[in-house]
Amino acid sequence: MSTPILTYVTFLPLLGIPFILAVPQGDRDTRGIIKGIALLFSIITFFASLRLYFGFDPDAQGFQFKEQHDWITQYGIQYHLGIDGLSFWLVLLTTFLTPITILSTWRAIDHRVKEFMISMLVLETAMLGTFVSLDLFLFYVFWEVMLIPMYLIIGVWGGERRIYAAIKFFLYTAVGSLLMLVCIIGLVYFHHEQTGEITFNLLSLYGTGLPRLYEILFFAAFALAFAIKVPMFPFHTWLPDAHVEAPTAGSVILAGILLKMGTYGFLRFAMPLFPEGSAFFTPLIIALSIIGIIYGALVAMVQPDIKKLVAYSSVSHMGYCMLGLYVLNQQGVEGSILQMLNHGISTSALFLLVGIIYERRHTRLIKEYGGIARVMPVYATVFMIITLSSIALPTTNGFIGEFLILLGTFKAGKIMAALAASGVILGAVYMLWMYQRVFFGELTNPKNFNLKDMNLREVAYMLPLLILVFWIGLFPNFFLEKMHPSVNRFIAQVAVEDVDAMPPALRNAEAAEKGKHSVEEACH
Amino acid sequence: MEKYIFLIPLFPLIGFIINGLFGRWLGKGVVSFLGCMTIGFSFIVSFFTWIELKSLPVENRVLEQVLWNWLTVGDLKMQLALMIDPLSMLMILVVTGVGFLIHIYSTGYMAHDESYWRYFSYLNMFVFFMSMLVLGANYMVMFVGWEGVGLASYLLIGFWYKGNENADAGKKAFIVNRIGDFGFVLGLFLIYITFGSLSYMDVFPKALEMFHGGELAFNSGVLVAICLLLFVGATGKSAQIPLYTWLPDAMAGPTPVSALIHAATMVTAGVYMVARSNILYSLAPDALLVVGIIAALTAFFAATMGVLQYDIKKILAYSTVSQLGYMFIGVGVTAYWSGIFHLMTHAFFKACLFLCAGSVIHAMSDEQDIRKMGGLAGKMPITYLTMLIATIAIAGIPPFAGFFSKDEILWRAFTFPYYPVIGKIIWVTGTIGAGITAFYMFRLIFLTFHGEFRGTEEQKKHLHESPFSMTLPLMILALLSFAGGWLGVPHVIGERLGHFPNILEQWLHPVFAASEEIVEKMAVVPNYPVAVEWGLMAFSVAVATAGICIAWYIYMRRGADLPQQLAQEYAPLYQLIHNKYYLDEVYDYMVVKPVYYLSIVLWKVVDAFMIDGIGVNGPGWLVKRFSAGVSLLHNGYLQTGGAFVVLGLVAITCFFIYW
Repeated sequence: MSTPILTYVTFLPLLGIPFILAVPQGDRDTRGIIKGIALLFSIITFFASLRLYFGFDPDAQGFQFKEQHDWITQYGIQYHLGIDGLSFWLVLLTTFLTPITILSTWRAIDHRVKEFMISMLVLETAMLGTFVSLDLFLFYVFWEVMLIPMYLIIGVWGGERRIYAAIKFFLYTAVGSLLMLVCIIGLVYFHHEQTGEITFNLLSLYGTGLPRLYEILFFAAFALAFAIKVPMFPFHTWLPDAHVEAPTAGSVILAGILLKMGTYGFLRFAMPLFPEGSAFFTPLIIALSIIGIIYGALVAMVQPDIKKLVAYSSVSHMGYCMLGLYVLNQQGVEGSILQMLNHGISTSALFLLVGIIYERRHTRLIKEYGGIARVMPVYATVFMIITLSSIALPTTNGFIGEFLILLGTFKAGKIMAALAASGVILGAVYMLWMYQRVFFGELTNPKNFNLKDMNLREVAYMLPLLILVFWIGLFPNFFLEKMHPSVNRFIAQVAVEDVDAMPPALRNAEAAEKGKHSVEEACH
Repeated sequence: MEKYIFLIPLFPLIGFIINGLFGRWLGKGVVSFLGCMTIGFSFIVSFFTWIELKSLPVENRVLEQVLWNWLTVGDLKMQLALMIDPLSMLMILVVTGVGFLIHIYSTGYMAHDESYWRYFSYLNMFVFFMSMLVLGANYMVMFVGWEGVGLASYLLIGFWYKGNENADAGKKAFIVNRIGDFGFVLGLFLIYITFGSLSYMDVFPKALEMFHGGELAFNSGVLVAICLLLFVGATGKSAQIPLYTWLPDAMAGPTPVSALIHAATMVTAGVYMVARSNILYSLAPDALLVVGIIAALTAFFAATMGVLQYDIKKILAYSTVSQLGYMFIGVGVTAYWSGIFHLMTHAFFKACLFLCAGSVIHAMSDEQDIRKMGGLAGKMPITYLTMLIATIAIAGIPPFAGFFSKDEILWRAFTFPYYPVIGKIIWVTGTIGAGITAFYMFRLIFLTFHGEFRGTEEQKKHLHESPFSMTLPLMILALLSFAGGWLGVPHVIGERLGHFPNILEQWLHPVFAASEEIVEKMAVVPNYPVAVEWGLMAFSVAVATAGICIAWYIYMRRGADLPQQLAQEYAPLYQLIHNKYYLDEVYDYMVVKPVYYLSIVLWKVVDAFMIDGIGVNGPGWLVKRFSAGVSLLHNGYLQTGGAFVVLGLVAITCFFIYW
């Protein structure tokens, strides 16, 4: 029996809670100690998760670091963990981002520090648990547990309309989840009908042949839960509110990791569990993704609030992720997973940067700024690099992700790719326009004359993100090679065999794979 | 030598990183030394690579260096690889050579700028990306450079970012280029799914093989689509109709930047790209037709716009757009080498012109309006002389460089094998454009350097020749503008001179040989008597001379009243051209404003009102109202309760009676 490394990684953050509780809430010093403890445990978690990196076999198709123990035996519910190439980087992203986020709250959070840090640690465990669960029940538990600390983070430490935003966030996501729960039970029931075995084991439930109608219904319920989380157009309106009201740390976790739960849900659950249902909805999902890409970008363009702008840009970026998943070829899916990482890095970085200036000026309105490149040169430079990563400039991470997704999309349908690629133009428009209004021009607002540039702590937590921007941009294979076998398996699992039953978008994808002949025809 | 190709982009990269990170604390001396020397080293490496390449047998003149496997996903295998063949060799020599001179010049021109280090780090970054663009061994690496130079251009146009119009110009350049890149990327995808690779070494042989094997029809839809999509990218990067509007605005950047990026190197990337893809273009004459027509229109219209500008840099900017049009005519009529030839000579004389303009602006205390200049020749003899040489070169007067390259392009347009009639029309347009070019360039010279000084007394006192660091590059570039054309002497002249070879055509021949074969196979290459070529040559020289004479007559002989008279007489035409055919306004009303207002509507109406207001909060609102209504009933008063009991009783009684 090898070390249950996944259990360690998942629950290590919780271990910090007793220590935090032992510190009396009170003056400045103890707050520092509380923050220190939280940071320490999140860093320990990160280093523990590095063990996964060294132990991960990139050539294996199946799940690794598996742990399987009976939990509630009469219902076949197990404590069942494991990761593969689809979840590997998301786990690392979570353990990587959490310490950065905690470090970013050093000055921003000054009341109820203890509760805040406990929320953060619980949240980390819940997020990790969601990514590593291979039992549907266990997954659902983590999935719901995740909501509570996030709800508190927005509702307690948020901005003016925090209660509205927190409730909206909670209700929105809870509605989707409840339908999913019903369908999880339905799926287990059907599985029981067929095999006489009650199990929530994801691996056994894969390949349950459902009647077509149920397949479509169940998929729809799962998809709704995940689409809200992504968020896909038109289920996105909770996101700008949540982001604007959430404290910086909340936004970072929300954008960096929580949104990926949605795409990961499609990748791990909705699509492989119900391939036929998924195929049925493919045209709709592709259409919504492309609408989301363009719509998100357009709406982002006219936002007066920087944070809202970044929030809407997330809608656009996550549209790429969904599109990549649904074109169902190697480039598209791997691009999509990589884009999840990229979004986790770039958008988190953007929220951190917005937080830095918010701490100084307590406003996020673009018109309050202008010309601040002069007083904050380091900040301006870092912001520029992240902007470039967000608009997918070659040599940055964003380029690799979008290139792969668009290439995959192009194979599936040229018009789709052309529409999606127009988002790349719009991305440049809204980001550069915002950048110009914040950083360039004359320094006119007297309140900005004495802005302090980034301090060492701020540079310290931005630096790893900056390194990753170029690391992924220049050496994407380092990240992609861990995905190849799992993505292969995923595509084989999801691809519907019967060509006639396929919706047209998928059929095109097949045709494109077959060779140049069909391409020729399509062009004429 | 192929082991050292990577040094060419590496040096500028190092310069960029060191100056960018630590330049603030390094002295100006160290910054300029680093900035210039890195480019100098790159040039030296390029030079030795050239010697090595020259020593190889003609058919083996390709050096490739794979740096690392960049992106491997499924059937996509992309290497970060560099390649030097005669074409990229020539380009990299121009880029690092002219780049080096402009770096030297910048040390003088920017000497008093507060962000000196930032300037040099950006300039180094530009050379880094430009060399990636040129040296890339596949379209992906080219695209890295392609977007990277766009970034450098964006940063340098907005270098003095305190002025909002500068920042606007930078943003416009980036976004318009992005629109072009949108087409470019789709072109790459189409290449990839057609040929299964993006590497030059795979794509072009595969294209030929598929063509000879009958798998890929001549002029087939896929090929035309690929070429046109790539050309969309070129219209953005190389400022062709309809995406040229960013280039005149880009003059907001420092003048050496205009010389390096917006005249000599970056904007020619599109020409390089078409020349690089020559095999694909030669197989798709319909695409060439589009390239040729757009190029001729650009060459002509941009020249007309140059006529009525008063800003010395704007004149040169429109001139650049126009000259880029000539290069595209060259590559568009399958005379790829002549396009590259003009690219090279243009790099010499246009860089020289811009740097001279910079020298003038420097002397005039940042005045750019030529109406306020005049009579500078005496005060700035070196600037005057070098600018005159470059002007004669661009006007196309033999034996200066521009004559050889432009004339070759026009001659090849005249004999365009695929579409002989269109070729003749392009020739006519190009020749008229050349006349206009000669006119507005000499207008510039006359108004700036001759006649009376029209500036302020203050300016007059400060007039001075520029320092040696600025005049040295001018002199070298003027020399090249004078003599550079002898690298590509046309055969008819070469034969008269005793078999003087066309060095450049021979040098580039291995790159374009396959295209020539295709053209010879698929079309009849017209064979005109030598007299026709001589005649056309004489004619275009005559047209250019006429342009110069008219400029002399209007601006020297008659004085200042004639231009105004003409402007009044032809007011509508004057307004139309003076306002650049209102293209910026058209874009503003057709694209920018509609998109902006659409976005507002999407946000306020669709997002806030429909989705969020009705869709999300609507159900909540309904529940709230419903419960509010119901809760009214539960107000705790006995009377209300009693009333409802009575009402209920009545209802039940009625029910039983009338059922």
